[in-house]
Amino acid sequence: MNLAVRSVRDFFVSLKLTVVLLALSLILVFASTLAQVDLGIYAVQEEFYRSFIAIWHVGGIFIPLPGGYLVGGLLLINLLSAHVYRLKLEWRKAGIQLTHSGLIVLLLGELFTGLWQEDFQMTISEGDTKNYSESFRLYELAVIDTTDPKMDEVVAIPDAKLAKAALIQHPKLPFRVATKAYFPNTTLARRDAAALSPAAAAVPVATRGIGSSVAVTPLPLTYKMNEMNVPSAVVELISDEGSLGSWLVSPHLGAPQTLSHAGRTWRLELRIARAYKPFSLQLLKVTHDIYVGTDLPKNFSSRIKLTTPDGRDDREVLIYMNNPLRYGGYTFFQYQMDSSRGQTGLQVVRNPSWLLPYIACIMMTFGLLLQFGLSLRAFIAKRRTTAKPAVV
Amino acid sequence: MKKRLPLLFLLLGLALVARSLLPERNKTDFDLAAFGRLPVVVNGRVKPVDTVARTALVVLQSSQSIAAPDETKLTPNEWLLDVLFRSSRADAYQHFEINHPDLLAIFSLTPADGRAKRRFSFRQLEPKIDELQRQARLAEPVEAAIRTPFQKAVAQLYANLGLYIRLKASMVAPDHQDFLSELLTYQKNVTAGVAAVRAKEAGQPYDAALAAQMMESGGRFSRMGELAYLLAVPPSDGESNTTGWKKVGESLLDSFPTGQINPAIMVYAGLARTWKADQPKEFNEILRLYRAQLERNFPQSLVKCDAEARYNSAQPFYTAMILYVLAFLIAVISWLVWPDELGRAAFWLLGIAWVLATAGLLARMWLEGRPPVTNLYSSALFVGWIAVGFCLALEYIYRNAIGSVAGGLVGFATLLIGYYLSLGGDTLEMMRAVLDSNFWLATHVVTVTAGYGATFLAGFLAIIYIFRGVFTKSLDKATADALSRMIYGIVCFAALFSLVGTILGGIWADQSWGRFWGWDPKENGALMIVIWNAIYLHARWGGLAKQRGLAVLAVFGNVITAWSWFGVNMLGVGLHSYGFMDSAFPWLLAFAGSQLLCIAIGSIPLAMWRSFRA
Repeated sequence: MNLAVRSVRDFFVSLKLTVVLLALSLILVFASTLAQVDLGIYAVQEEFYRSFIAIWHVGGIFIPLPGGYLVGGLLLINLLSAHVYRLKLEWRKAGIQLTHSGLIVLLLGELFTGLWQEDFQMTISEGDTKNYSESFRLYELAVIDTTDPKMDEVVAIPDAKLAKAALIQHPKLPFRVATKAYFPNTTLARRDAAALSPAAAAVPVATRGIGSSVAVTPLPLTYKMNEMNVPSAVVELISDEGSLGSWLVSPHLGAPQTLSHAGRTWRLELRIARAYKPFSLQLLKVTHDIYVGTDLPKNFSSRIKLTTPDGRDDREVLIYMNNPLRYGGYTFFQYQMDSSRGQTGLQVVRNPSWLLPYIACIMMTFGLLLQFGLSLRAFIAKRRTTAKPAVV
Repeated sequence: MKKRLPLLFLLLGLALVARSLLPERNKTDFDLAAFGRLPVVVNGRVKPVDTVARTALVVLQSSQSIAAPDETKLTPNEWLLDVLFRSSRADAYQHFEINHPDLLAIFSLTPADGRAKRRFSFRQLEPKIDELQRQARLAEPVEAAIRTPFQKAVAQLYANLGLYIRLKASMVAPDHQDFLSELLTYQKNVTAGVAAVRAKEAGQPYDAALAAQMMESGGRFSRMGELAYLLAVPPSDGESNTTGWKKVGESLLDSFPTGQINPAIMVYAGLARTWKADQPKEFNEILRLYRAQLERNFPQSLVKCDAEARYNSAQPFYTAMILYVLAFLIAVISWLVWPDELGRAAFWLLGIAWVLATAGLLARMWLEGRPPVTNLYSSALFVGWIAVGFCLALEYIYRNAIGSVAGGLVGFATLLIGYYLSLGGDTLEMMRAVLDSNFWLATHVVTVTAGYGATFLAGFLAIIYIFRGVFTKSLDKATADALSRMIYGIVCFAALFSLVGTILGGIWADQSWGRFWGWDPKENGALMIVIWNAIYLHARWGGLAKQRGLAVLAVFGNVITAWSWFGVNMLGVGLHSYGFMDSAFPWLLAFAGSQLLCIAIGSIPLAMWRSFRA
């Protein structure tokens, strides 16, 4: 091995690197905690952890920090190379091996979670049945063919595609969808040409539907926990014969717009993205218990009837705090509740790697117990031979 | 004599404990203790009146001790009896603490008008209550976190006055001469009275005087129902009905159709009359009869209430605090003279204090039916308990009084923190929905808190290392090695507890919030402790830091732990919103500053340390 390769290897294997990286991660975690006060948790996760370089704003100063991907990635490399080159496989080191392996499982678990986890919510009113959940943040343009009264044909275009402003063609649609404008966060108002703000005036006006009488004002993105970004878009539908006109679509509008073309009818709406499930949940009853004489919540629970179209599952389940329903690869958590309106909000999570932290926890616990247990045994054995007899 | 010292201190410690267990002496003929054991419901929990009295006093004036204007000392129960039944006296008791000078100005008062220059009576505040209310309305829309000290003081005093007024309406109608007579008259007339009111409403002839009397009683009862602080009327079907407790006013309103007044209300009215008329014999007899009746329907609640009242009067953590200080002082002295005898004495005292703290923790667990840590207050108790437990083990192994010094110090400090946290009110709180899980409270919360305790202990041992090394000649090689090994051992435990506790927390979050890790401030705080312990361990294993460097590292662990324990709660963001507090921020800064100072001292080159100077 030549000298350069060896020094690179030594760098990645060294404990010094471990300590430096740990210290950097400590600073990163601390900075990200403080930053949450201004930025909110979601932006902080993007800015500090799902990045290679994080910028920490302190007062008016920008402090660059190595981001989560950089520190985490280097730590993983450092850990793996230490095991390849430095730590030998021997019984004495079994505790450390196990702990580190657990750590690797944990880090990989977090990586997979970041890549694969899908988060949705499901709001159901008592008596209602739903077979889809809704996204927390994502939207979709739904183009629904309602010509056949027996069934709807839905084409859903994710907001990310709309935002790219490309020309979208879908085999089920006889027209293409072109984004003329897209704004990730907006408010709407009745259009009053005299009082238009410059920002609102710059937005192209829809030629068809309700959009021609609506003023769209773009807003900066919000990261607050209790606020949502509500997008608006102006889309033009283009058939082979030419443009059918442009529509303003936005969840703010409340009701879908309809259009007819070539003898068929479509509904057009920009709505919260949906994920349909191969089963449905009916909310039977919500319960909100409080402690007597207080308004302190004691428990929230939702009694749910779970059914599949093929009839193989047809049963009642109870979802309450700390007791989610796991079914079909999804987990349903009690998330919100409005018992006065008989409404429950479930959080729906699909995370194929949800078991990894459990495994990691067991590995690391036993690893540390083994490591410290062996040290303690050696320590006691040494004291037996050297210490003077105990007097109490 | 010298040889007998350990035994002497052991006996002294035991005597202290025994004294605290004796029932409080009663200076009056009234059976105050029996009154203190009566069960009522506040904040969703059945608790003895004794707890209500003590926590109300602590909330109002940060202290349980109170005296009448003529300087006679009152027990908390005596005070509460006057508040409940004889407000003419209670209104003159100076139990409203006001520290903000501008707030005093509102009432045209000066510190000199108050007891101990800061406590004032209802009568002193009464004339300007409207102005206080106006100020409270002004402060109300301001978010609690960004209120000025004046606004906070206004809100606090307004809430305290509310508590006092509500307490007064809890058992009998406030400002009423003889509630018992009124109730008896009411009971006699209620059937006819209700008929009269009905007739009036139906436009038929009716007894005007009777209807007016009913309307007046109804108005009074409904005001009592709105105001009352205590749910004092137990359900008639016994303790299986946990939600059936009612306020006296509510229960009286319910009695209109039936004409049946709940016996508990007659008991309270009877107690009120006998207390006011100074008739201890009758007072005690009413209590005895009521108790006999409760025994039938509420046996378990009574057992717990009795035990809680005893726990309150024993104040085990207060005694433990004294013992910790004693152990600390004796252990420090043992470094100077009589190391064997005094060292053993300190060890015994520390042991007694720890056993007492253990008993206190167990009592709380049994009363609450919960694992030891349920809120910030109990986390302080537990941090101290686990740290002192480790100290006892270290002292048993090493017998160099270091464990006793550290244990006395940490034990005292955590109980002091606990004392300040207890000023917020009842420390046995009900758990809100997401926390209502004994399994996770027992695993995640306990291990994480044990991690705090171990990390703190490592830090304090490191401070001992630094101080003995820099300022004394006593840190010889053997002691330095032993101390260093102790720190290492404790950090190992700290790493284990905080790592396992943090991951368990993630698993709990996965179960209740749907994600394992969310970079929430409290999660981050726990992670920082894990990372810090990992840094210590890797620096040691890699030989990157020697004894002194490791000691300095361990001291910084204190700053990180304090940040995780309290600091993140002061940010006012995140999901762990059940432990918020911001008033202690200056203290946190002061603590961090003191630790940085220790680090600075520890960073002085070894050649200048007294112990290592040639």
